[in-house]
Amino acid sequence: MNVRPLEFRTARSTAEATALWAEVPDAYYLAGGTDLLIQMRLGRRSPARLIDLKRIPGLSAIEVRGDGALSIGACVPLGVIAAHPEVRARYPLLAECCLAVGSYPVRNRATMAGNVCNASPAADTAAALLALEAAVEASGPNGDVVLPLAGFFQGPGKTVLPAGALVTALVLPAKAAGCRGSFHRLSRRRGVDLATLGVLVGRHAAGGAGAHRVVLTAVAPTPLRVPAAEALLDRQGAAAAAQAAEAARAACKPIDDVRGTAQYRREMVGVLVARAAAALG
Amino acid sequence: MTQRITVRVNGIPETAEVAPDRTLLTFLREDLDLTGAKEGCNEGECGACVVLVDRKPINACLMLAVEADGREVVTIEGLAKDGVLHPLQRKFLEHQALQCGFCTPGMILTTLGLLAENPSPSEGEVRRALSGNLCRCTGYRQILDAVQDAAAELRGTGKGAAR
Repeated sequence: MNVRPLEFRTARSTAEATALWAEVPDAYYLAGGTDLLIQMRLGRRSPARLIDLKRIPGLSAIEVRGDGALSIGACVPLGVIAAHPEVRARYPLLAECCLAVGSYPVRNRATMAGNVCNASPAADTAAALLALEAAVEASGPNGDVVLPLAGFFQGPGKTVLPAGALVTALVLPAKAAGCRGSFHRLSRRRGVDLATLGVLVGRHAAGGAGAHRVVLTAVAPTPLRVPAAEALLDRQGAAAAAQAAEAARAACKPIDDVRGTAQYRREMVGVLVARAAAALG
Repeated sequence: MTQRITVRVNGIPETAEVAPDRTLLTFLREDLDLTGAKEGCNEGECGACVVLVDRKPINACLMLAVEADGREVVTIEGLAKDGVLHPLQRKFLEHQALQCGFCTPGMILTTLGLLAENPSPSEGEVRRALSGNLCRCTGYRQILDAVQDAAAELRGTGKGAAR
């Protein structure tokens, strides 16, 4: 499958994983593998070494921290995240976005850290993670880093993750709990297909300034939060649905591709933002 | 360069030397001659290769054989016991929920995973769970009927779907 001889190593700690990465050129970390294996088969990536992270203790855990934040280990499959009681109760938008990825068997392997590191403009989980102001925790050759997800994506397939660093967890702050709303996703067929576009509109229970979230996927080089649309909804609520939709249409930078035209995407961003904002009531 | 793995397949421990880039699907089909899991799209879109790994349905085309080291794999060949079909297999026959049969092993193993988690799924839940399993023959109606009928029988016997 791989275009050159491949070495497979199992890491037992993050320190061992980063050391294994540094030993050879073209080493790749492996979590669920549902994107990486396809890219290897297509010849888009040809690792010399894969470093499996799934047997590192702690990377497969979901836990509530002392400050109330929820930490989701890098190797937790999407299906487990979506079914987790803390996620369903406190971060329902995240559960919804996890269930939008792939199929049931794919979600038993695919991870949220992988979805984020793959950095597709269409990454479904990025919509909720941006809305909830999640942080990316990573371990690298030069120590541990915490990176806000805002600013993490630099373009298709590009992130600010330092070379050789591996994501250990995605962390949802306690203050983001209780954000509710909906994720609207268009695709050519309802199951499995990548999103043609996605729209998430959410609101924190407290209301007021800074309560709303509007995030778009697959309509710009990265998943995109739209502060102008959020501010309109903060001030006038659902009454500003049409103006928020117009702000989102103005903010997006879609392209033509096999899933849809730029014009179609821009039109539908407006339709879906208006619909999701109106649904907030 | 190969690597030694030990995988329990349909209850039988199998030890083998495999290349690190060999998928679980190729390992099952070509090294163990278990050809029930099918290679359809080879990119996780069609579900024809679904098997259970540690009781969860997964796409065997998207998992390396070396990742299965120490795990428990169930393929369609492991369901019938002493020549008697698993109730879900029998319901697929009774409802004529297959024509060419290519998608059937994946349909059945994905369904077994669902029923182990949710013994009484609604039709919508079955449709969502099977949305990654493509069938080009039946139009799906018979498959949905077979799943509901099998779920009812499995609930009745109290055995559950897991084997």
